[in-house]
Amino acid sequence: MLDRLPREVIAMRVAKELKDGDVVNLGLGIPSLCSQYVSEGKTILYHSESGVLNYGPMAEQGEEDDDLINASGQFLEPTPGMSFFHSADAFGMIRGGHIDVTVLGALQVSKKGDLSNWMLPSRGIGNVGGAMDLAVGAKRVIVAMEHKGRDGEPKVVSECSFPLTSPTCVSLIVTDIAVISVEQEGLILRETAPGWGLEDVQNETEPELIPAKDLKEIGL
Amino acid sequence: MGKVFSSFDEAVADIFDSAVIMVSGFGGTGGTAQNLIVALRDHGALNLTIISNTAGLASLMGFGTLPGHTAVDCGLLIDNDQVGKLIASYPVSPSPSKVNSFESHFREGKIGLELVPQGTLAERIRAGGAGIPAFFTPTGVGTQLAEGKEVREFDGRRHILETALKADFALIKAHKADTLGNLSYKGTSQNFGAVMVRSSGISIVEVDEIVSPGQIESHLINTPALFVDRLVKI
Repeated sequence: MLDRLPREVIAMRVAKELKDGDVVNLGLGIPSLCSQYVSEGKTILYHSESGVLNYGPMAEQGEEDDDLINASGQFLEPTPGMSFFHSADAFGMIRGGHIDVTVLGALQVSKKGDLSNWMLPSRGIGNVGGAMDLAVGAKRVIVAMEHKGRDGEPKVVSECSFPLTSPTCVSLIVTDIAVISVEQEGLILRETAPGWGLEDVQNETEPELIPAKDLKEIGL
Repeated sequence: MGKVFSSFDEAVADIFDSAVIMVSGFGGTGGTAQNLIVALRDHGALNLTIISNTAGLASLMGFGTLPGHTAVDCGLLIDNDQVGKLIASYPVSPSPSKVNSFESHFREGKIGLELVPQGTLAERIRAGGAGIPAFFTPTGVGTQLAEGKEVREFDGRRHILETALKADFALIKAHKADTLGNLSYKGTSQNFGAVMVRSSGISIVEVDEIVSPGQIESHLINTPALFVDRLVKI
């Protein structure tokens, strides 16, 4: 049995994608962990739909303020240079192309980069939140997720069967076993978790993966 | 002109059955008009349409709520069977196993839902207060939320037509007001309130403090007085 990477390592790998000066919006779950692993010396401006830019660490216990939260409802520490705005501006920033990277969780990603992340069909009702705006508006959409669903079903699929968040928006998929980029010619397998080969990853992936010429082990 | 009301009950007394009501807040207690919501529950108006980002995440799961505090949000009005329709981006619990009163009412057919992407919701509300009846947006294109909506291409990209939202009343929380109705908010608590205040027939705002004009420095005023109809001090 091959080892799968823990959520923190998925977040570490995504953090490598963030560049100095990027404006970044992190979604719920694994994406929210990424900010902890950005290397020192890089300045990232974090944006949240709750109406804040340039937030930093979470508030210490006892220092919480309900007027200072991110979109996950976590309490933020006051940070020099943070700014606040209302919801229409928060989403004007997103839709207007001012967010360089968003990292989102997913239920399914298709070979064309279609994203489904807001509703389980079995539930019949869901929360769209800001996901559709981020998927459409951010310059680059990275998905961070586990490669398989809870029942072992593939989440990287030929066509999304769950309701779409946005068609053709995802450019990079980082999972607990692989890093895959979405290109014109299809899904390119760029990196694999230690011990995993092309065939091992392919067995857990519905569409065909094209191995990159320099296919390598996931680097942190 | 007397915008300052002495009680929450008095400030919501003329809310009528079947009114459309915007309720501020992102999901936590920050920016949520908890006292006005309690007053509206006590007032008892029925068959309301509520426009709100969530159906009450703070009361459901302590989202954005200080440890040890009990939160009030629009979930209270849904619990009390006062809501006939909800317009929201995040109506249910994130966990399918934790069912809120909106979801159970929805499954019983007692409440309607218009699900709107959060940015489209904010922009529809903004447009409602800015004299823009409708606009095209790329958000939602190619999804089930675009069904039935007009599609047009601009700059080679598809967009869908979304219409403005207005309300009869808005229940809003700000930090500070002056007696003219100028408002300032703290931190992330502008959220939907600072937009809803512009697009409601009567905006009702609860604040931590009411001061004389001039005591909020003019450059720190987020909402100019003309958008504000009623003020109540907490």
